[in-house]
Amino acid sequence: MRFATTIIIGAGQSGLAMSRHLTARSIDHVVLERGEVANSWRTERWDSLRLLTPNWQSRLPGYAYTGDDPDGFMTMPEVVRFLQRYAALSPAPIVTGARVTRVRQEDGGYQLSTSQGPWRCRKLVIASGACNLASIPSLSAGLPGKVASLTPLQYRNPSLLPDGGVMIVGASASGIQLAREIHAAGRRVVLSVGEHVRLPRTYRGRDIQWWMDAIGAMDVRYDSMVEDIERARRLPSLQLIGTPERVTVDLNSLCKAGVELVGRLVGLCDGKAQFSGSLANHCALADLKMNRLLASIDDWVNANGLTRQFPAPHRFEPTDVGSETRLSLDLIDAGIGSVIWATGYRPDYSWLDVPVLDRKGRIRHDGGIVAAPGMYVMGLQFMRRRKSSFIDGAGDDAADLAAHLSQNLNRAAA
Amino acid sequence: MTTTTSISPLAKVDNGVNVTALLGARESLEQVPEAAQFKWRASCEWLNGTHSRSAIGNFFGLGAEQSRNKTFTVEADHPQVFAAEDNAPTPVELVLSGLASCLTAGVAAVAQRRGIQLHSVKASLEADMDIQGILGMDDEVRNGFGAIRVHFEIRADASEDDIKAVVAQSQKRSAVFDIITNPTNVFVTVN
Repeated sequence: MRFATTIIIGAGQSGLAMSRHLTARSIDHVVLERGEVANSWRTERWDSLRLLTPNWQSRLPGYAYTGDDPDGFMTMPEVVRFLQRYAALSPAPIVTGARVTRVRQEDGGYQLSTSQGPWRCRKLVIASGACNLASIPSLSAGLPGKVASLTPLQYRNPSLLPDGGVMIVGASASGIQLAREIHAAGRRVVLSVGEHVRLPRTYRGRDIQWWMDAIGAMDVRYDSMVEDIERARRLPSLQLIGTPERVTVDLNSLCKAGVELVGRLVGLCDGKAQFSGSLANHCALADLKMNRLLASIDDWVNANGLTRQFPAPHRFEPTDVGSETRLSLDLIDAGIGSVIWATGYRPDYSWLDVPVLDRKGRIRHDGGIVAAPGMYVMGLQFMRRRKSSFIDGAGDDAADLAAHLSQNLNRAAA
Repeated sequence: MTTTTSISPLAKVDNGVNVTALLGARESLEQVPEAAQFKWRASCEWLNGTHSRSAIGNFFGLGAEQSRNKTFTVEADHPQVFAAEDNAPTPVELVLSGLASCLTAGVAAVAQRRGIQLHSVKASLEADMDIQGILGMDDEVRNGFGAIRVHFEIRADASEDDIKAVVAQSQKRSAVFDIITNPTNVFVTVN
């Protein structure tokens, strides 16, 4: 059985950033990767997807984007190459094609079963991603057999969809992007909208991510929050798209293009979908929340005396959902051929045989320090900071957790 | 994302809602989620014509039967244009009242939580109904409301957007808003 002081599961941005910090601290470790470097980016994303953060924001410990388009958005092959170069430069001690099938506690450490045989370690870093599985609501069981059911993890492009209209459930980043391109491909698209976070791509001449970075919103720590951190961790993804044209896609633009907006999907029975009457309120909540962010950007500009450096403040049109929103749809009569569940993602811990999950299957942790000795997790939403699940957030989290891990090792040695 | 003010204004603001107790309850329910299972009840007796009287007393919650000091009664009837005696509001008006009360209670609680002092809160509601549905004249017309409009007049120590946010959050957390906007299975038995 092979041994490493620390094993990192997953060679994405989080695992690679952690590896870099452990190397800097001379802590012996390996990175076990089920496929190749950046495997999820390589195999579980649709064709047109680009990062939602601008290139300049792809920053990792000792590494950053240096190309000639800092304000552009990387395609998936570009993200894969970006991370491959990082892995090679570091260089990270990666074992590829080693899928972890079981982890259990043993003698003050962990024993791992993998597709390449067993490993032992004292410290374990779970960096296997936050989006391994699509979360699909249980009511999906009521979908008529004739209508295909798929998730954004399976979706590639409109031409591969079954014939007919498409109902997309969920209007966060995945849902709005898919609605836009599937509708542009000439399909009827019905978009079911629940709670969402509306954001413009650009504001006062800058990318919204630039603003959130500048005003310190991305660095807000999990333990400094006045509002409920668990709620912040469950917040849907930002309604954004990365395109060369830097377009804003929101419910107004989708509606104008001809996408049919309906409320949250609340029932599927006898081929009929039922939608909540709460669409207007979900849109009002999102508009108000967006305006609070824009106001805090304006406050920051004023407080720093930068008013003249940026175009004047303004507000975007409120979301107009009209008053005739349909409450039900007969999927067969309407010619809906497929439903895409853009209802969120969750990590896969089916291989983790250590009692650290709560009753909802979420891993119990304090800023990434898991409730089991010597175990850490990375890359989860708002794990230590608002940016924890972003490429740009991996570095600071890895620095903190590597310091904790190292102290922990030293204490054991003393 | 927004600049957060300290907790201290909460102490000064008094909308008559014990937010501390509610937050405490949420924390304890986190430990014993079973205790969050409630059962609400009402019984109703026919009086005459369309006139009936409901009695509302005990309910189940926090793992036990909860009794009240008294039993409340609510009557319902139909107006004279329906050839009834108009002894009490119609059931659909009671539904509107239920929605209004639920949202109003929510406004008070959310405002308290956010440190916003309320001075007055008034809700007016209007609902559309095509009575061809209940009269069985047209199968394509539903029995219930076509739409409900709620208008709030609120005076409070807060900006217009902050007040709108309180009202939006109140809808997000309202039981009756959910009951009205989403389908519910109903099981009716006899004898």
